[in-house]
Amino acid sequence: MLLSLEGTTVRFGGHAALDAVDLAVAEHEIVCVLGPSGSGKSTLLRAVAGLQQVDAGRVLLDGHDQVRVPAHRRGVGLMFQDHQLFPQRDVAGNVAFGLRMRGAGREEQAARVRELLELVGLPGAGGRAVGTLSGGEQQRVALARALAPSPRLLMLDEPLGQLDRTLRERLVVELRELFGRLGTTVLAVTHDQGEAFALADRVVVMRDGRIAQSGTPLEVWQRPADAFVARFLGFENVTGASVRGTVAETPWGRVPVPEGSAQGERTLLVRPSGVRVTAAGAEPGYTVTARTFQGAQVALRLRRDGDAPELEALCPLRDAPGQGDRVSVSFDTRETVVLG
Amino acid sequence: MTTPADARGRLRSDAARLGLMAVPVAFFAVFFAYPVVAIVLRGLRGEDGSWQLGEAAGVLGRPEVREVLWFTLWQALASTALTLVVALPAAYVFARLRFPGRELLRAVVTVPFVLPTVVAGTAFLAVVGRGGLFDTWWGVRLDGTVWAILLAHVFVNFAVVVRTVGGLWAQLDPGQEEAARMLGASRVAAWRTVTLPALGPAVAAAALMIFLFTFTSFGIVQVLGGPGVATLETEIYRRTAALLDLSTAAVLSLVQFAAVGAVLAVHAWTVRRREATLRLVDPATTARPPRGAGQRLLLAGVLLVTAVLIVLPPAVLVQRSFAAGLGYYRQLTEADGGAFLVPPIEAVGNSLEYAVAATAIAVVIGGLAAAALARRDAGRWVRGFDALLMLPLGVSAVTVGFGFLIALDEPPLDLRSTWILVPLAQALVGVPFVVRTMLPVLRAVDHRLREAAAVLGASPWRVWREVDLPMVRRALLIAAGFAFAVSLGEFGATVFIARPDNPTLPVAVAKLVGRPGDLNYGQAMALSVILMVVCAAALLMLERLRGDRTGEF
Repeated sequence: MLLSLEGTTVRFGGHAALDAVDLAVAEHEIVCVLGPSGSGKSTLLRAVAGLQQVDAGRVLLDGHDQVRVPAHRRGVGLMFQDHQLFPQRDVAGNVAFGLRMRGAGREEQAARVRELLELVGLPGAGGRAVGTLSGGEQQRVALARALAPSPRLLMLDEPLGQLDRTLRERLVVELRELFGRLGTTVLAVTHDQGEAFALADRVVVMRDGRIAQSGTPLEVWQRPADAFVARFLGFENVTGASVRGTVAETPWGRVPVPEGSAQGERTLLVRPSGVRVTAAGAEPGYTVTARTFQGAQVALRLRRDGDAPELEALCPLRDAPGQGDRVSVSFDTRETVVLG
Repeated sequence: MTTPADARGRLRSDAARLGLMAVPVAFFAVFFAYPVVAIVLRGLRGEDGSWQLGEAAGVLGRPEVREVLWFTLWQALASTALTLVVALPAAYVFARLRFPGRELLRAVVTVPFVLPTVVAGTAFLAVVGRGGLFDTWWGVRLDGTVWAILLAHVFVNFAVVVRTVGGLWAQLDPGQEEAARMLGASRVAAWRTVTLPALGPAVAAAALMIFLFTFTSFGIVQVLGGPGVATLETEIYRRTAALLDLSTAAVLSLVQFAAVGAVLAVHAWTVRRREATLRLVDPATTARPPRGAGQRLLLAGVLLVTAVLIVLPPAVLVQRSFAAGLGYYRQLTEADGGAFLVPPIEAVGNSLEYAVAATAIAVVIGGLAAAALARRDAGRWVRGFDALLMLPLGVSAVTVGFGFLIALDEPPLDLRSTWILVPLAQALVGVPFVVRTMLPVLRAVDHRLREAAAVLGASPWRVWREVDLPMVRRALLIAAGFAFAVSLGEFGATVFIARPDNPTLPVAVAKLVGRPGDLNYGQAMALSVILMVVCAAALLMLERLRGDRTGEF
């Protein structure tokens, strides 16, 4: 393993920002740590970088313990959330900084700067002042600067956090393509699940300084480990259920679940796409309380008679009922998951 | 295309600006430019009115004058270097380390800068002077040597570094150094390549300010100096008051004026450079508790230096003033018929009266000037006036006092016998503080707020009352407080023009120090303590008003 954390713990006062975290990143792997703010994901990066002292456990790079190694000797790169470009240097001065610190010659620096600026799509920008760059350009320069000294591990802290949505969606594709081409090992943190799923080979979800789930984007998406992960991924139809065979008793009535689901008192997730809306029938009905147009689909919020939690549903535009309409609901087994 | 209405509008705005500027411009013409011209004429023209540039140059060639010039220069350079060496670590500690009592201590180190220079002098006299603390303990005396002066200069200017450099240091984003470290820079290399270049202009600006203050230092040298320890300032005073050699004094004043002008020009240039874009963050987020033996050692060292250099002298001053119980204080109420025609304690009343008058003048003049400068359509010549307003701050107070003495004591403008002369001189020194305090606030009032108020139905008068006034009121009070404190402690100009029967506190202290005998000495200490208390009270109110802000003062 290129990077291993073993029981790594960081405490601020009495509060554990990282609580005995175990994590391994293989060479050429892109791992994305996903979590809400305050879940400890930035602390994780800083602990690996050597900017944050570890209170317990180990941080290993290529099998060597790094706890006593100062930040500048670890040979890892970190792209900061706010880029932290040096305002008193121009673009080339920023990109060359790491090479200078390694004592690279002038010509080597110039050649590498040219190469990297081309790589990130800013050829010839070396002489520009940092203050004149747009947000997207700053992000590219920060990336070039982090890549220039060829770090064995590149870490990205909310790499696209400050950019607007269209730019973010384009850059994330570019980044993944670039890292694949260069064979870079990447550890990124983000709070944006879309970014994580688009970028990562493997996603690690964090909660309160612990790892809540780890897996490929598809695994995490399909089978969230618990209610927290499910809710964090944006699923709202999560409820307590009592599972017997292939049927779960829930506040929304009986919901069919896949064969082999865990039995007994469980948490059930129903994806919105698994909620089928039909015209009102005989059984207890639902009222449409909100209707959000999303292009090809319409998201509905449904309230059941009685005091069950509201249910979220997706349905095609042409079949969508209007706000205040009475409807009936059935569930698709393939879109229901019994958690943990 | 310009329509007649446009032209009329511009004319009206020009008229408004002229109206605002007229009073300050007249004030500066009469009380600054005119005395300066008088000095020039006195220095460069003979009795018969012919220009005598050769003789003026000859004055500068005289060995005793050359010695004074050389001493003035090297003591200022040495004071600046020593202050930087002592205060830069402190700037770091106050900016970046969090420890109990930090806020209090940061306020404490600021006090010497605003103490009257005469009090700084007597405080060091109490430590290193005749019968002082070190004399009693180890038989060490430094008064009359350059060492006492250097130490007192560090005492006074310590805060300049802590405030300006430390204030910026606290706002520098620690992420910048971290970014450098992630690119392979060691702690030292990261500091050298990232932090130092960012701090450089601020350090240079602070060094220039300190050089200026120590180059024109008067009160401290007057109290602590002795034979052979004379600066340009004390020499101008000696030539005027003791030798009545006004033409030499005038030539020296011109040298002083030229030197100060040069330093101010360089300072303005560095300040412009300092405005290069830096990444600044909330200072509250950058301080950390000390970590590791190195940082703890640094903290301990800075605390020790602060205790010995900043806290000890005023404390010893207070202790010495009570050496005879309340005896020295009681003596202050008795006319001894020596240097004064009145009991020294009357200086308290004089000082307060003068300071109130000077504050009123400074607030009116400075307020009008700031209002004119803050207008968004202020042109180039108005901004030039801005720079001109700063001159009295840099030009030595002795030059101002000397100029008043030779310009305003004869027709057409004979103010010699009026009491207003002293407040006028003090106001001249106070105006730059008022302008500097008011201007940023006036400029910061967002024009859209006024528009919002107008749209909500406020008349122009109501807009001013409801929007401008509440935002400016605090700045106005602060400016008044500054002007008050400055004129209370003003010594260099006042000593030339205060009459013997109406001495101010600093003048009285300096007179008492200059006379032999333990009683005079003790009275000087007691009077210094009173002056210190009055100033401290004024500044304490000021600090409460202004909160903890970093700035030029």
